[in-house]
Amino acid sequence: MNFIAAFLFMFISFLLQSTLLSQFTIGGITPNLLVIVTASLGLILGRRYGMISGFVGGLFVDIFFGRILGVYALLYMLIGYLNGFFRKILFSGDFKLPITLIIGSDIAFGHGCYLLMFFFKGDFNYPFYLTGIILPEVIYTTIIAIFYFPFIKFVFDKIRHFEEKDIETIV
Amino acid sequence: MSPLIKKKREKYTLPNRYILLILTIVCVILMILSFSTNILSIPLNTISGYTLVPFQKGLNAVGTALIDRAQNLKTLEQVTNENTELKRQIAELTKDNTLLQQDKYELTKLRELYDLDAEYEEYDKIGARIIARDSGNWYSGFIIDKGADDGVMVDCNVIAGSGLVGRVTEVGPNYAKVVSIISDNANTSGMILSTGDLLIVTGSLRLMDMGVIEYSQLVDPESTVGVGDKVVTSNISDKYLEGILIGYIDTVNSDSNNLTKSGTLIPAVDFRHLEDVLVITDLKNIPDISGDREY
Repeated sequence: MNFIAAFLFMFISFLLQSTLLSQFTIGGITPNLLVIVTASLGLILGRRYGMISGFVGGLFVDIFFGRILGVYALLYMLIGYLNGFFRKILFSGDFKLPITLIIGSDIAFGHGCYLLMFFFKGDFNYPFYLTGIILPEVIYTTIIAIFYFPFIKFVFDKIRHFEEKDIETIV
Repeated sequence: MSPLIKKKREKYTLPNRYILLILTIVCVILMILSFSTNILSIPLNTISGYTLVPFQKGLNAVGTALIDRAQNLKTLEQVTNENTELKRQIAELTKDNTLLQQDKYELTKLRELYDLDAEYEEYDKIGARIIARDSGNWYSGFIIDKGADDGVMVDCNVIAGSGLVGRVTEVGPNYAKVVSIISDNANTSGMILSTGDLLIVTGSLRLMDMGVIEYSQLVDPESTVGVGDKVVTSNISDKYLEGILIGYIDTVNSDSNNLTKSGTLIPAVDFRHLEDVLVITDLKNIPDISGDREY
């Protein structure tokens, strides 16, 4: 159940990001839905789910838009895995931690992209990439995350209630 | 739980850090494989072509419809203002039109001179719609809804209106991936139409916001190249057909070596508002350099 829901979230978010959201850009910047979903899944379901769904989502991006297969898969996988460590200290109703982690994840993702694809190419214009791409993306992503994270949390809470009820009836 | 129910045996699961290690190795192998060979792209493209592309087509249509809707909701006041503005423009345009008719006469002569545009129209073209854009903010590639089934091949040139957009880098059965010339990893060999001087057009993420792209390695010792000169794809490019308009020179600067010049040019295509493109299904014929060449 969790697995199917996690896959659907990745799939739908990827589709939205590459179609609808890339038409509704603000100043040419698209929010990074996949970072929100990967970080949230890691945070809600733990390291394993975060890591695997990040890998799958990253692979989608790689197949469609990647120049080299595996770069985005690696970045998203690490984001999912690292966020999974914070599962233990996540309390329901606490939104400061998830939002902070999503901001951190997106900043890390931006730097990962810059490092892997621009820095090693010999492009050292870091200030531009920070202020022109990474930070606007973080701001836009954060705004979306404020609405999107509670929704993801809500769905998985429902699934947990549903499954717990299921077990009770069997016993 | 009742003790009669047999306790489920603990399933052995791999620790998370080993899964992470395995997936990381998979990623690295994928990177190496896709960097050095091409064997992965065909099966993956076919799978994704049948699973993701239909969804992208549908969602993109929804997005376009929403944007259209938003534009319809312009207030009446704006429309009235526009009307007066437009009436004024009509008067101006009528005047311009007469001038343009004269220009057209000149253009016809020039076309004969270059014998270029006729060639341009001879190419087989098919229309395609952009159905998805690069999901990140780092590159500007996109997916179109025509693929191998419609005759699109890798390295097909993509144009919009009159200017060059980019070229196809990967083809699936019903979609194709296009890398645009403004993308940060794209280099295009171009030439100045009036003088025939060659230059290299390089996409740049930094300049994209300003609506210009870089060029470099222009050899022009007599300084004949000026602002507004047309830049077209060169005859020596091995991917692009000759004579497709790239843009117009915006700035010219001398390099520190005093031999070459570089600067920026304004692309002929409005990349921000691209929706439909034309794919030229003819490929440039390149003699096989590795084999015996016929002269």
